[in-house]
Amino acid sequence: MTHYLASVRAVENAVGVQIPDNARIIRNMLHGAQFQHDHIVHFYHLHALDWVDVVSALKADPKKTATLASNVSEAPWGGVPYFKDVQNRIKTFVQSGQLGPFNNAYWGHPAYKLPPEANLMAVSHYLEALRLQAKAARMHAIFGAKNPHLQSFVVGGVTCAKDLTPDRIAEFLFLWKETQDFVKKVYLPDVLAVASFYKEWGGIGGTTNFLAWGDLPESDNEPESLFMPRGVIMKRNLAGVKMASPDEVTEHVAHSWYKGDAARHPYKGETQPQPGEYDTTGRYTWFKAPRYEGEPCEVGPLARVLVAYAWGKKEIKEIVDDVVSKLGIPLTALFSTLGRTAARCIETVAIGNAMEKWTMELIGNLKKGNTKTYESWEMPKSAMGCGLNDVARGSLGHWVEIENKKIKNYQLVVPSTWNLGPRCKNGKLGPVEESLIGTPVADPKRPLEVLRTVHSFDPCIACGVHVIDPDSNQVYKIKVI
Amino acid sequence: MSNEEKEFYERLSERGVSRRDFMKYCGMLTATLGLSSSFIPKVAEVFAAPKQRPPVIWLQFAECTGCSEALLRTMNPWIDQLLLEIISAEYHETIMAAAGHQAEEILQSAVKKYNGKFICVVEGAISTKDNGVYGKIGGKTFLEIAKEVCPKAAAVICMGTCACYGGVQAAAPNPGGYKGVGDALGIKTVNIPGCPPNPINFVGTVVNYLLLGKLPELDDLGRPLFAYGKTIHDQCPRRSHYENDEFVEEFGSEEAKMGYCLYKMGCKGPDTYNNCPIAKFNDGTSFPIEAGHPCIGCSEPDFWDKMSPFFVQSE
Repeated sequence: MTHYLASVRAVENAVGVQIPDNARIIRNMLHGAQFQHDHIVHFYHLHALDWVDVVSALKADPKKTATLASNVSEAPWGGVPYFKDVQNRIKTFVQSGQLGPFNNAYWGHPAYKLPPEANLMAVSHYLEALRLQAKAARMHAIFGAKNPHLQSFVVGGVTCAKDLTPDRIAEFLFLWKETQDFVKKVYLPDVLAVASFYKEWGGIGGTTNFLAWGDLPESDNEPESLFMPRGVIMKRNLAGVKMASPDEVTEHVAHSWYKGDAARHPYKGETQPQPGEYDTTGRYTWFKAPRYEGEPCEVGPLARVLVAYAWGKKEIKEIVDDVVSKLGIPLTALFSTLGRTAARCIETVAIGNAMEKWTMELIGNLKKGNTKTYESWEMPKSAMGCGLNDVARGSLGHWVEIENKKIKNYQLVVPSTWNLGPRCKNGKLGPVEESLIGTPVADPKRPLEVLRTVHSFDPCIACGVHVIDPDSNQVYKIKVI
Repeated sequence: MSNEEKEFYERLSERGVSRRDFMKYCGMLTATLGLSSSFIPKVAEVFAAPKQRPPVIWLQFAECTGCSEALLRTMNPWIDQLLLEIISAEYHETIMAAAGHQAEEILQSAVKKYNGKFICVVEGAISTKDNGVYGKIGGKTFLEIAKEVCPKAAAVICMGTCACYGGVQAAAPNPGGYKGVGDALGIKTVNIPGCPPNPINFVGTVVNYLLLGKLPELDDLGRPLFAYGKTIHDQCPRRSHYENDEFVEEFGSEEAKMGYCLYKMGCKGPDTYNNCPIAKFNDGTSFPIEAGHPCIGCSEPDFWDKMSPFFVQSE
């Protein structure tokens, strides 16, 4: 849904249409649901097994697990029989000899630190989250037709005019409640519980600069009304946070498989592929290298949370302060792999809370007889526009140039390009490249620690390539401990 | 209940599935497949918590992972039941815990171990220009991987429009020479198109295969007829508005609020074969026309080129 939103906003910016209040609110409700859904799936299904050893869960005592679970979380399921069942399910699965998605992973690796009971609890929540995410995604279908790939946004508003009924809104609220309960009673306590065993990761995997376009506008007044604010932080200096401008973006291709080596603003962007060999001193990736005022910037949950914190955004600040105090770590420990994973959960709590307010605002409008969901517009002969968004994985911009009512140029600068992009013309490393330097690796043949940091960025590289190839070239210094 | 049946339900309950849930699921699937209710017990047999679960190797090429995400949304059965108890997902990059060399080892050993017996699911299109250099995993091109793995499968199922027909990558001007799997390899595939497809059509196809020991009946584009036998238009809940000349002519209008026909807004329902209006998405919650958006024909070949402009009435 995120590129869908970005493209619609880019054209709205180009043609100069202001969408109605209800359309803005419905988009925020759906975008909020996307944050809840995406971040839960990322933590439990794409990242947890970097910290949780499934095989060790077989050794857990279900009684002790039940006690542990009731101490750390308010999960609606638990108790000795429940954990016995989960453990039996895993046992049956393992005994079948067909390990499926759990085959050949790094189980038993010395970097796994959780006791068997914590592992069993986490595995049970992995399974519960698999079902919860399918329910959470139904929020999207209610006002967006289907998930994934929603289909109810159009330039000028939303199309779901017929679905603004009490039963549809109630259905949305029930699903929101179940999901947000999970976020607060299971996801946040799990992050705190797991993090308490891995506090040294508060000093590993950090980067230097942070950019957030911000998102979730609470009125027509942008960027001032963005619930997740816009801003840029250089050199980890929170006090120096400043407003970010899309004019300061360039994309470099000197180390990428594209023609030329000019750094261009997206409006002037070119994408002319020039396939080549994997050459770490020359060109080595399909990613371009985006820079803000010439500097690489991390984008995503950590950048957003730091920017919101630096601006003093109350809804974020109080959760951040609570999390660092419960973990007994300094605020500076957030510049890390642990901080990135915690920030993802922190913003889920805050955005999820705000969704209720937005839904009530929609109901209030409908009560007053305001059912407007679309504003009409005319396609100009030529125009330029950009849609700035901050989506689950980070800052996302679409830039469009329209000529003779058709697209002349279209460029996207996406979160994983910001994070996983290569060195620029000036030799500055991309954020993920920077974050991996100095990572302690216990066994270079099974680099679990590297996976932890890479996964903490929630990379979306279906359209990118691998950044590291341990066989051909050791690009990064790995400290063997 | 025979002893065998008893054992079967005991095995199921060990795996966290109640008999009631299970029969409900089998009933729903049987209906989707268009089989009579006498087939319900047979569908149940397919999922008789087999000692050996059918191995599935899931390849991801030029795609957005939306089709895998769509499968994760299945609620009948739940995805954990599908993955842990019904099939064995030997290789799937997104969900597997292994990474890098360990992951590639799994692919090699699974293809060898289950040669001729695994179901190969492909998500995403394959680059064919410049020897397929535009898409690689672990140094091998998509084309090389597909040529190595697909011919060894018992059946190749293309999940989504990209694997079926090339999808967005293959839209003009198609700089990477992208093609669907069947075209790229010159083989016959079972095609489950859609952007994304409804997971029930995937599960239904797999069940059909396991149940009857053969692929479901396909049309000339390789699509299972149980799902893709009729047009959206012929199954549309707004069809009566079309017959009565009641059309939406602007989004947000009174006609839009009343749920009139979207044909004049560019709806491609008349040219699109799929079961969206009946099966709906996300456990029967909605589908594009219900949300007031015209169908864009996302399950038809070359829809980016042939169905656009999306908001202009078809001729």
